[in-house]
Formats: sequence, C-alpha cells, structure tokens
Amino acid sequence: MSREFILERIKSRQKVDGDDSDRRRAVEKRIAEHAPGILPAVPGTRVKRLKQFIDKAEAAQASVSRVSEQSMGKALVEWLRDHNLPAEVRMSPDKRLDGLRKQAEKKLTIKPAPGDGSDIVGVSHAECGIVETGTLALTSGPDNPTTLNFLPENHVVVLREKDVVDHYEDIWPRLRKRFGERKMPRTLNLVTGPSRSADIEQTLILGAHGPVRLHILLVRD
Amino acid sequence: MQITSPGFKRNATRALGDEQLQKALGHVRSNFIDKRAAAAAALPEFEALRDNAKAIKDHVLENLDIYLETFEERVTAQGGNVHWAATASEARGHILDICRKAGARSVTKGKSMITEEIGLNSFLEKSDITPIETDLGEYIIQLRGEHPSHIIAPAVHLNMDQVRDDFKKAHTHLDANRAMDEPEILLKEARGVLRDRFLNADVGITGANFLVAETGSSIIVTNEGNGDLTQSLPKVHIVVASIEKIVPTLEDMSQIMRVLARSATGQEMSVYTTLSSGPRRPEDPDGPEQYHVVLLDNGRSEMIGTEFQDMLRCIRCGACMNHCPVYHAVGGHAYGWVYPGPMGSVLTPKFIGVDKAGHLPNASTFCGRCEEVCPMRIPLPKMMRHWREQEFEKHLSPPAQRRNLKLWAWVAKRPTLYRLATRIAARGMSVLGGRRHRLGWLPVASAWTKHRDMPTPEGGTFMAQWKGKR
Ligand code: SF4
Repeated sequence: MSREFILERIKSRQKVDGDDSDRRRAVEKRIAEHAPGILPAVPGTRVKRLKQFIDKAEAAQASVSRVSEQSMGKALVEWLRDHNLPAEVRMSPDKRLDGLRKQAEKKLTIKPAPGDGSDIVGVSHAECGIVETGTLALTSGPDNPTTLNFLPENHVVVLREKDVVDHYEDIWPRLRKRFGERKMPRTLNLVTGPSRSADIEQTLILGAHGPVRLHILLVRD
Repeated sequence: MQITSPGFKRNATRALGDEQLQKALGHVRSNFIDKRAAAAAALPEFEALRDNAKAIKDHVLENLDIYLETFEERVTAQGGNVHWAATASEARGHILDICRKAGARSVTKGKSMITEEIGLNSFLEKSDITPIETDLGEYIIQLRGEHPSHIIAPAVHLNMDQVRDDFKKAHTHLDANRAMDEPEILLKEARGVLRDRFLNADVGITGANFLVAETGSSIIVTNEGNGDLTQSLPKVHIVVASIEKIVPTLEDMSQIMRVLARSATGQEMSVYTTLSSGPRRPEDPDGPEQYHVVLLDNGRSEMIGTEFQDMLRCIRCGACMNHCPVYHAVGGHAYGWVYPGPMGSVLTPKFIGVDKAGHLPNASTFCGRCEEVCPMRIPLPKMMRHWREQEFEKHLSPPAQRRNLKLWAWVAKRPTLYRLATRIAARGMSVLGGRRHRLGWLPVASAWTKHRDMPTPEGGTFMAQWKGKR
C-alpha cells in the first residue's frame, strides 16, 4: 500500500524512533490551540478601520455603497440603472436578504438562486468583511449557493458593518462557533475584487471567468 | 512531456536569439519585480511573516507523517476520499479510475503545476478523456501544444499577436473577420468559449496551494475564477496535491497566505482564495457530489532529512524566477522540464536525475536574488551548489570544466597565491575592459561571454577593498 510506504519513508527520513507519542501530542495541541501568528496592524478606531476596508476593496477594483437597512433596495436599483443592467437579479435565499427583497421587489424581477449560468446579476450575503485587505468571506450552503459568486457577470454582496472584522484570523473562530471545531462549510470563498487575468502580455484585464464587477452594499448598524 | 534539460545550452542559445520570446520576457523583467517590492514595502510585518511562514513549514516537515494522517482523517470524516500515490503513474491511475467510474468524457482543469509534473493531460487524452485547461494562460498554451514557461504565468513567453493567431485557428465557429486587436477582446472570447465547457464537464480537477490538517480542507488561490467554476460545477471534484502542501491550522494558512500573493504578483491578496471541505452536503443546492484528494509523493519524502529538505517549504509563488537574471535571459522552456528558474534548478535534478539536469544548477550567476526574495527563505543557491558538488563527484561535468575547477580549488586553498592571482586578473580585466568597463570575452568562460558582457572589476579585489575599509 502506497499510504504505508509513504508514511514509513517519511518516518525513516525524519530520524525519529518508534515512539512518536510526543510528536502526536504536539500536533494535537497545535491544532487544538490554533494560535494566531503575526497580525498586521490595523487603524486604532472603528471608523478608520471601516474606511480601510472600503479603501482596500476599492483598490482591488470593487465598488462600495454605504446604505441603511431601509435604503438597501433603492441603492441596488440605482446601481443597476447606473450600469445599464437589466432590472432582473438572481438572489440568494438568505434570510438576511429578506428586507432587501421586500424593498426591491416592486422594481426588480427577483429569481431564486442558484442560477443556470445565464444570469447577468447575482446578489449574495457575506459572512464577514476583512479590514486588512478589503476581502469578503462567503460561506456556501442553502442560504448562499457558491456558484452565484462566480457565474453572473455582476456580483452584488450585502455586508453588515458588524460583520467587518480586522484579520483573516477573525473568520476562523466565527466558523468554529457556527459549524463546530474542526468543521467547515463545504466551501468558503474569500473574494477580493472582481475576477481578472494578466495572462496576455501581463496586461491586467477585469472580468475573466468570474464577475466583471463586484459591488458591496455595506449596511450601517 | 519530453525532457530537453540535457540540451539546456542549446535551448538557451536558441532562446537568446528568439525575438518574440525576448520581447515577451521584457514583461517579466519590468512587471513582477517592482510590484513585489511595493507590496513587501507596504506591509511592515512582511519580514516577520516570512520568518513565521518558514517556521510553520519546518514544523510540518518534522511531523509530516502525523499531519498527513490527520488530514486524511478529516477529509474522510466530511465524506471525501483520499488516494495516496507514491509515484506519478500511480496518481494518474487513481485519477483515471475516478473519471472512468464517473463515466467522464470531458474534464475541466484549474491551473496546476502538479498535473504537469505527472503528465496528466496527454495521459487522459490517450484514455479518450478530453482535458480542458481553463486558466487563460493554460488554455492558450494548450491550444499551442506547449507547456507552461512560468509556474504562475504559464503563457508569459507569448505576445498578443501569437495569441490572436491561435484563437483565430481554434475558434472557427466565430466570424473570421472579427476584431481581435485588444487583450480585452481575446479574454472575452476565451470566457465565452470556456463557459460552455465548464457547464458540460463531468469532472473538475484542481491543484491545491494548501491542505489544512485541522479541517481537511484544500485551498486554491486564483485571480480568474476558473478554478472555482472547475470545482463547483461538475459532479466530481478531484484535488491533486503533493504531500508537502500541508499546514496545521487555518491560522497557519493565513500566515503563509499573506506572503504568497505579495511575493507572486505583488497583490495584497489574490482575488479568490477558496477552501473546499468534502463533497456537497445534503442541504446544499450546488457543489460536487464527490470530493477526492490525490496525495502525491513522487520522491518528495526522500528529500526529508537531506540537504534538499528546505525545498519542500516551496509555495510555488514564482518570485525566484521573476528575479532571476538567467530566467530573464532565456525564459522557462529552456530549462527543459516542468519547473523553471531557480526552484526548477533545484527540483528538476531530483525528479529527472542529475545526469540529465546537471546543466540547470550550473546555469546560475549565484547572485543570490532568488534567496533574497523567496518568501519561504529557501537557500536556493546553496542547494544548487549541492547539486554541483554531487555532479562533480559523479564526474558528470565536462573534463575541461573539472580541470578548471580543480585548478581554482588548488589556488583558492593557498591564500597568498589566490590573492595574487585575483589581483592580476582584476587588473588585467579592467585594462582590457577599457572605458566601457565591460568585457565581451573571457579566456576561460567564452561560452558565458558569448551572449553577454562581463562587467570589469573596479577598485581592486574584494580582499584588498575589505582590508582598506577596516
Ligand atoms: S522557491 Fe521560494 S521564491 Fe521560488 S517558487 Fe518556491 S517559494 Fe517561491
């Protein structure tokens, strides 16, 4: 069996003797503790951290609108209009999008996700935003189908200010709390800006296989 | 893939005279270096993160057997399957089995160097399964029947007019007179063609940047989104990953992630970092029904405990080749196998034998730039020297080179003689170089100077300068 062959060869090369209980304990401890390492400094106040999130997301060519719980629908409709997009979106069934659904349903056709690959606009809800690099974290599941993050040419993501955290290391405790220790959602997408390629003469072009545009509706607490 | 590493010198000569290639390589020289420098400078913690990234991988390598078992246990607990492969052929066998059981006719692929290493595409084709590369660069070179010339920018050796001609030839269903003179247009065309392939593929194959032992997750890092469509649309997702991709925890992964994109493309974060854990859950509306991880050894476990162990920290960021004067001059194909640049010069002799790849560790100026920028602090020049020594011991290098090296060693061991010899040589070279301060020809290194000039030494020998400074 190759499994045993590989493991045995590693062990013989590591020059460890037969008893590996100490090493096993060390590995178990490291995993159980999952200590964070070096965390890049972030600004000292909440206001400045939110600003950094927006600045970084925009630097990665995403766009951000700051909205209130009541103005989400209006903001979405306006954004679609400003970009000459049809009044039709594919929306995740996430309950946190119910308010938006109600506000927008008179002006837009809202179809339930997942789509079939022909949709122009998809709307999802993010789990977290990360100040460090303006990154969104989206978890898969019945609430937010993962293919919706990639198939439509335009992706609108709703993010709550209270879910904006400083570092990637802040995502993991949240997931452990929600899914259990050592468990994960089937897919976690960390998304920083719209898709792009520089494969032709190193020229950066937005809109490769994923969305051409990424718009974040950042909802005030 | 056909190995041409033994013909490195011939390959290099050809590359130096190839105008298209030289034009394309200009993009490497001008682009990657500045972007990485800016990204590194913008993060005050960058150097400390490099130290930590190195420490994490060193810890993993000391306990790799246990971490692999832990990873396997987590994947299985989430309904996935782990397949162990000691060799490339065993890995290909596992993949073919899974494809056959799924009745697969077409397979989409995310960008993966490891499937290049095991020669997967030609093998699948022979088994009547069509592999479709979906990363734009990989798609282009697949159309051309070529292999990647760079580990993160596979088509970096090409110019736009070549891509346009390839698309014209391949996409015959489109209007022959369509406009095709902007990279944007070509990208859109590829997006359109590949969208159908994504939706109709039976199996999706990706590599992995990391495997997390804590959760049994595999991670891909991309910019195009092709890897995500590859792994979320078909019924079956196969991850092909080498054993050293393991990291202990999600926190450890986050540390290394911070140095990866910055070192590779100068981005703070790649657009998509995706963690996959097992197949779709009963309540999931999308995602693959099967999730397989093929764990490839292919000789890596033999490197543990040797002078090449440090190489197993490599995260395939490409920084070493982006900063390598030899790569800049000849491009990736000249190296003659899958992995080019300094990391390739260390890995290739391991995979195909130092008898075939002995030229690669010799094709180095030992300028040390690769080690300076390697986020995992891999001592690449030192390892290239190890290969040189091994090659020398096996008497594989040409007799003339052996004689010269022996002579140098003899002189070098005699400090007074060495100083005298270098002083004479330095003066002689500086006189010969004249006002240009360049030498177009050197007596013992005519092959080296054939295509470049040697700057003449200025201001005496190192020893003389060092003494003067004290
Ligand atoms: S050797 Fe270092 S610089 Fe080169 S690809 Fe590997 S990690 Fe990157």
